[in-house]
Amino acid sequence: MTVYRMFRYTLFTSFANRLTGLAMSIGLLVLVYWLMAVASSTAAYARAIAILSLPILKLGYAGLLFAFSYHVVAGIRHLVWDTGRGMERHQSQRSAWIVGTVSVLITIAFIYWAFCPGAHQS
Amino acid sequence: MSLRSPLGRVLGAGSAKEGVHHWCMQRLTSLALVPLTIWFVVSLLSLPSFEHVTVISWMAQTWTALLLILFILVATWHSQLGVRVVVEDYVHGGAKTLTLVLITFIHALVAAAGVFAVLKVAFGSAS
Repeated sequence: MTVYRMFRYTLFTSFANRLTGLAMSIGLLVLVYWLMAVASSTAAYARAIAILSLPILKLGYAGLLFAFSYHVVAGIRHLVWDTGRGMERHQSQRSAWIVGTVSVLITIAFIYWAFCPGAHQS
Repeated sequence: MSLRSPLGRVLGAGSAKEGVHHWCMQRLTSLALVPLTIWFVVSLLSLPSFEHVTVISWMAQTWTALLLILFILVATWHSQLGVRVVVEDYVHGGAKTLTLVLITFIHALVAAAGVFAVLKVAFGSAS
């Protein structure tokens, strides 16, 4: 346990990267469902949109926007690690905080853009 | 006690030499997905509405269709690589093989369906 406690930042960010990745794999299913509906017919599209615009799913889309923001920023951190940089513990702890903060900020911007009236017409 | 020689025991039991390829493709697809996903999310959020006509005229544009197809292919590929690692880490025994087969089939279906849908709209066969 002590070993895990020492590396809890990296443990948590790695696990979060997997969770957000899995969330977006489910998001891909939703996306392709939407694309198939677009390609089918206006009536089929109307039915799909009725399901996809359920209020409860809005929470899911907000979650997907966070998953996307986090996964991209954390993914870039992994790509930096692949070059052999930033592997020291104090560096990875600092970058864990940066990844968390930046991804939350990007999410807030996206959610404002997607859901706030006036910022976006739909 | 086994009568097999130490060499005989290790031959064929080593790496299948697929790991490096998996690792490389995961990095390569992630690199490609940085611009592709940003383009996708931004252009989706920029749509004036999600009405059928609007979405169709967006998807039928040459560059939209092309980038959408690329995005779907690379995203499902990257997703398959990632989900595979998660399954390999947390699922064991016979269930692991079954889950991996299912995961691969689902990703292939999702990729094919996505590309088909975009092509159908792009070639003007969707009404």
